[in-house]
Order: sequence, then structure tokens, then C-alpha cells
Amino acid sequence: MSELGLTIKEIKKSYNGKVVLNDCSFVFDRGKTHVIIGPNGSGKSTLLRISALLEYPDEGKVIYHDDYKTFEDNVELYRRITLVFPKGGLFNITVFKNAAYGLKLRRINKGEVEKKVEDALRDVGLWEKRNQNALTLSTGEGQRLALARAMVLNPDVLFLDEPTASLDPRNTSIIEEIISNIKRRYMPTIIMVTHNMFQAQRLADSVIFVYEGQIVDGGPGNKFFENPTDERAYKFITGQMVY
Amino acid sequence: MDSIISGFVKAFSLIFHLDKELLGIIFLSLKVSGLALIIAAAIGLPFGAIIGLRRFYGRDLIISVLNTFMGLPPVVVGLSLYLILSRSGPLGFMGLLYTPSAMATAQSILAFPIVASLCHSAIVSVDPIIKQASVTLGATPLQVTITIMKEARYGIMSGVIAAFGRVMAEVGAILIVGGNIAGYTRVMTTTIALETDKGNFELALALGIVLLAISLMINMVLHYVQKLGVRTK
Repeated sequence: MSELGLTIKEIKKSYNGKVVLNDCSFVFDRGKTHVIIGPNGSGKSTLLRISALLEYPDEGKVIYHDDYKTFEDNVELYRRITLVFPKGGLFNITVFKNAAYGLKLRRINKGEVEKKVEDALRDVGLWEKRNQNALTLSTGEGQRLALARAMVLNPDVLFLDEPTASLDPRNTSIIEEIISNIKRRYMPTIIMVTHNMFQAQRLADSVIFVYEGQIVDGGPGNKFFENPTDERAYKFITGQMVY
Repeated sequence: MDSIISGFVKAFSLIFHLDKELLGIIFLSLKVSGLALIIAAAIGLPFGAIIGLRRFYGRDLIISVLNTFMGLPPVVVGLSLYLILSRSGPLGFMGLLYTPSAMATAQSILAFPIVASLCHSAIVSVDPIIKQASVTLGATPLQVTITIMKEARYGIMSGVIAAFGRVMAEVGAILIVGGNIAGYTRVMTTTIALETDKGNFELALALGIVLLAISLMINMVLHYVQKLGVRTK
């Protein structure tokens, strides 16, 4: 199970004077899947990117293991966390080399790299396409590869930014199955943004509801969806919110 | 008309019989332009990479100057270098004027803005998510830079090939600093100019045909590289 704890404290972020996040605090339990939901433009992805140290907050702290890490000097930390983007962020090289990228950066020996990459690509059904250029894959295959690339690193914290956005139901179901396998096998802390309520219900151990830059509700997955305490969260999950 | 036909016949004869003088001139041209390209790439690629990857004060001005210098008139480069390398110039003591080294220097000055500018363009056209993806996968700043350079490789290669095409066809600058000395600084373009002046069309035509063939080959390679880049996007 993940050994890396993550806490965000009083995070504030603005872009061009517009407040995107305001006073967001949360303790992410280790080894759990936390799903961030909320209307478009509520600040979900910004919260994820700040937690993943891809952006600086204007105020507040992102704490890993009680150490405040900044973007410049956290390469060591980045070897323990990783993020899957909404659209892959795949490199213009073969499927195999994409999956092996993170391992090669860590100077893992060739035999181990080959073994881990083969296992991961077989898990996501892309072993047969290992010599194909990654940019020629379909969107669904690309997301599977992005997950395999993250999976081989066995991260303590795995960030997923709308991993099934623009995918059809079949591919969405495949991606969810892969995420469930990662949960079962490696038990990382997963922090995921989605706008798919059903997906959130299927995958979340814990839900965080973000509204206008603030965490206004949340809790254990089933409990939250059955009985949200905040009226805005209730309206959102029942489809009554107009935004 | 007869003289043109006879010129072509003699030119092809020189090519097919691998005329010694012709081969020597071709070899020297490739040597000078190859050396110029190595120098331009060694300086231009890191330079292009820095302005492509970093944000600093004066960056926009440097990019504008580079783009302007892509169309630098060769004779101006030749004249400036001549003044620097001539006996009374600041680097006159090096005795480089009228040597292949001076010619390679002139060509590398012409090639540098092309290499640097196209390298910069190739790097800035890489999707910003690539940088973030490599960071989140654990890359150090140096590894991120290498990854971005690899992503931009087809654009960078196109720049290097385009620069080679430019210097191979160049005549003004090398004529001024090389002097067109037979067997020493006489290259394809300067020989064509000289032989045409003298009315000896056979050698000029033969070299023109070879130059065209080389130019065609460069463009075919360039097209292939560009196609490779498009195919995988």
C-alpha cells in the first residue's frame, strides 16, 4: 500500500484576478481512491494539478510526508507520484518505448524494464502493438498506454485527470477495469477528476465535491451519493444544477 | 544550339569518366559545406534549444534577429568576414583568408541562423503537455530537455538539411573569402561562375548537373523527413 501521505492546506489560486481555488484543504487517505467532482470550471483540474505539483498555489501548502515540496526540487518526489492526462501526453516513439520511459529515467536494468513493460502492456491489451508508433493509436488505446506507462512505475500516488473524457462506453469500461486492477494490485492513493457521476460511484472510496473553487462537500463514496449534506452537491448529482 | 548540345555531351562525358578535376572540386565542396554545417549545428542547435525552451528578457528580439538573418545576403557576410580576416583586420594574424577554413566559416555564418531558427520553431511547436508528462514521469530538467528535443527531431533535422542546401548552393561569400584558387579553394559554385566567364561550358555544365543532383537529393531527404514527422502526428 502507498506509503506517501498527501495533505493540501488552505490552497488559493487565481488566474488573471479570477479566483479559481479558495481555501481548499483536504487530507487524502493513503491507499484510497479519491474522486473529485464538480461542475465545469469549478476548479477540479486545478486542484488536481496543484496537488500533483504541476502548478504552484498562490497561497497554501501541498504536503507530502509532512515535507513542503516545491516544483523545482521535487524530482525525487516525482519518482513516487505520477499523473495521467486527459489526452495521454504520449511521446512520438513506439508503444513499448512510451511504456518504458519512466523506468529508463530511473536507470532500471534492461531485463527488468522489458519484464515490467511486457506485463503492463499485456494487462492493457497493447502488447501486440508494442512496435507501433504511439501517436497512431486510437484515443482509447492511447489512454490505456498512458495508464500502462504510469502502472509500471508502481507510484505511491496516481493522479488521473479525466482519464475517460471523450471515450466511448466500451473504452470507458476498459479504462475503469484497468484502474480497478491497479487499485487491487498496487493499492496506490488514486486521486481522480471526472465529470462522469456513474464512474465516480463505481470507483470512489471517497468523494470531494468542488463548487466555485471550494470543497463544499464530500465523504465516503456510497454515503456521499446516497446522502449529500450540501444542497449544491445534491442538485449536482441529481442533475438539477444548471451551470 | 550546337554548342549547347556539345557542351552537355562533354559535361556528361566528364561525369561518366569520373574526371579527376571534377571529383576534386565536388569533394572540396562537400568537405567545406559539411564542415560549415557541423559548426553551424554545434552552435545553432543548443542556441535554438535555449531560446525554444527558456523564457528570458530579450528573447523575442533574438528570435526576430535570427529570422532576419535567415535571409542574410551572402556577399555582405563575405565582405564582413574578408575585413575581419584580411591582413589588416582583427584576425588577420591567423592567415585564414583564401583558405577552405575561411570558406567554411563564411558558410557556417550563413547556416547558423537557419539551423537555430528552425530548431527553435520545431521545439516551440512541441505540445506543452509533453513537458508536463515527462516531469510527472520523473524526468530531471535535463531529461525533460532531451525528451522535448527528441519530440522535435523531425523539425530539427529539416532545419539542418535546409541549411546544408543553402550553403551548398552559396557562391557570393566563399568567392570573396576563398578566392577561387584552383585545387585549393575552388568549389562547385565558384568554378561554375569562373568557367562560365571563360566560356568553358563543359566543366561548368557538368558541375551544374552534379549540383542539381545534390540539391535534388537534399530535397528528397528533406521531404522524406518531413513526411515521417507528419505520418506520426
